[in-house]
Amino acid sequence: MYRYDEFDARFVAERVEQFRGQVARRLSGELNEDQFKPLRLMNGLYLQLHAYMLRIAVPYGTLSAKQLRMLAHIARKYDKGYGHFTTRQNIQFNWPKLVDVPDILADLATVEMHAIQTSGNCIRNVTADHFAGAAADEIEDPRPIAEIIRQWSSLHPEFSFLPRKFKIAVGGSPNDRAALKFHDMALEIVKNDAGETGYRVYVGGGMGRTPYIGYVVGDFVAKPDILAFLESVMRVYNEQGRRDNLYKSRIKILANALGPDEMRRQTMVEFEEIKKAGTLQVPREELHRIDAYFAPPEFEPLPDEMPASDVDFENWLKTNVAKHRAPGYAIATISLKPIGGVPGDATHEQLDALADLMDRFGMSEIRVSHEQNLVLPHVKKRDLPAIFARLKELGLATPNAGLITDIIACPGLDYCDLANARSIPIAQKISERFADLDRQHHIGELKIKISGCINACGHHHAGHIGILGVDKKGVEFYQLQLGGSGAEDASIGEIMGPGFGQDDIADAVERVIGCYLELRKDGERFLDTYRRVGMTPFKNVAYGQDLHAAY
Amino acid sequence: MPLIKGGQFVEDPFFFVPDGKAFPEEKGTIVTLARFQGEKENLFAHHTPVGVRLASNENPQVLKADLPRLAVIVLEFPKFRDGRAFSWARMLRTRFDYKGEIRATGDFLFDQIAFMARTGFDAWEVRQDFTLDEFQRAMTEISHPYQPAADGKKTIRELRASTSSGT
Repeated sequence: MYRYDEFDARFVAERVEQFRGQVARRLSGELNEDQFKPLRLMNGLYLQLHAYMLRIAVPYGTLSAKQLRMLAHIARKYDKGYGHFTTRQNIQFNWPKLVDVPDILADLATVEMHAIQTSGNCIRNVTADHFAGAAADEIEDPRPIAEIIRQWSSLHPEFSFLPRKFKIAVGGSPNDRAALKFHDMALEIVKNDAGETGYRVYVGGGMGRTPYIGYVVGDFVAKPDILAFLESVMRVYNEQGRRDNLYKSRIKILANALGPDEMRRQTMVEFEEIKKAGTLQVPREELHRIDAYFAPPEFEPLPDEMPASDVDFENWLKTNVAKHRAPGYAIATISLKPIGGVPGDATHEQLDALADLMDRFGMSEIRVSHEQNLVLPHVKKRDLPAIFARLKELGLATPNAGLITDIIACPGLDYCDLANARSIPIAQKISERFADLDRQHHIGELKIKISGCINACGHHHAGHIGILGVDKKGVEFYQLQLGGSGAEDASIGEIMGPGFGQDDIADAVERVIGCYLELRKDGERFLDTYRRVGMTPFKNVAYGQDLHAAY
Repeated sequence: MPLIKGGQFVEDPFFFVPDGKAFPEEKGTIVTLARFQGEKENLFAHHTPVGVRLASNENPQVLKADLPRLAVIVLEFPKFRDGRAFSWARMLRTRFDYKGEIRATGDFLFDQIAFMARTGFDAWEVRQDFTLDEFQRAMTEISHPYQPAADGKKTIRELRASTSSGT
């Protein structure tokens, strides 16, 4: 893991003090809410329906046991005893008091954490593949470049008042686990014909009310050039991104308006100049210095055998354990989707206990996934039964990773100021409806993603089944979208038609699933069947006689 | 409006002359881009030193040929959320090697002053009750930046390299 040196530590400490001053000016009335807003947002502090919400950065989703214990402490001391992991690999606390926030940030700084740029119209906290450094299919660990980007983007003087927020993701494997093509900008580590690794850069992806799949703006950017390249794209966006209409202000709108050829041309004009100036070149020594922090841990030579245990363990293995690059090791996904639970929530007791588990079995490291689960990246296969047993005691052993009850949901109208409809209760209903594990296995891989408004924090456009909550004259309705994917085969789901009422949506999903089970051919996932047969058969059954189309 | 330059309050040696108003007899003249383009030769002949005030959607690229003759470029912040001028200032300094004054005017926050200094601004039109203490604080809240900009300030990466070079 990356460790702060004196410069990082000082930077974060000064940032905390700066924010303490901003909070004091707000509390004294020197700043009005309108002036305070962009300042607090730059430090992840939102004003929500009921209270402030603090979003803490988990850069590229990596946490140490010590950091997890600090999050447990914050949940206990400043909040209501739990935290909520988000689709951007961050953690949110929903009930902090404004006066406490500088102290929370100071506590976080003691474990090399912060809330810098988890919100605001700036370059947001960088996300990455949650299996980074562990996955068997990885070309190269994406975290070193994510860390370089984190540093470059921190309090960037030119790009802190962009037209709109800017999200960057990084992946290092041909199997995309970081939803790269749905980001404002994304880097995919690729190998060229000479065997060197560099970056394929995507731009213009996004969700929200106008979803787009990003396109390639740089085919192969050499490592030392990457910051110059990113800065070029940022400058094109800062100059030309729309500022007249909030809904058209993301780079996806500009990228689509310019088109790939013009976007590339303008980027290259900037790039040639910035590269020539030389100040943004990342020297090889710096790349190596950062790489060293993420060097793979010492893996013991172990027999590559999976221990046997009971049927519960076997079920968990099927879905929650992935192939590791080292023999005898595995990657274990800890589902934060208990049947009927709130997706992504964890209590302070669970966080503390997980930290202990990490120390004992997991090289003291854990990851947050954009699917709102946690991941132990390096565990020994022979320890898996003991890990599973402990997770079971903690209520964290739900064997559903990638199955229909592993649902992504935004906080929705239960918490969020922007939401039109509740998301969590819908996730809970569907989860309970499909609780039977044999049935879940029978259905196979299925990603349901739920957003409570068009902003799409629940990634509904990228769900195999996406659900979007809308408000019609004070009543909540839910639209179904089918066929989305956030993986390497990225696609935007197609809207089925009129929405369903909150009591009908689970029935509609069940009918869609029934249709899939009838139509699927051997080995087809729901997504494959949908792509083969299209919307019609699903639409024909979803609006059954006892269901009323909402409008 | 009070003007801060070189870390001090200074007398403003320029008049901003709105479009349609007559040029004053004395001192420097700042005009809008449209007026500058229309009356350039007259301005340089009779009203030097000359400055141009750019709205946030006006790219300084259009001034490229005239930059060596311009004493000041004023960049407007119509709303503090409009961050285009950060890029304009940076381009003026690093792309066009502009050596004159780059002045901020409009609706900007205390908290943006350090960003402005980093991107190449060196003068600020501030509100009446703004103090030099505030200005100093804005400039010193964060000691070392991570990324290079237009101010030549040593970055954390450079500092790391220089602290480890002797070992």
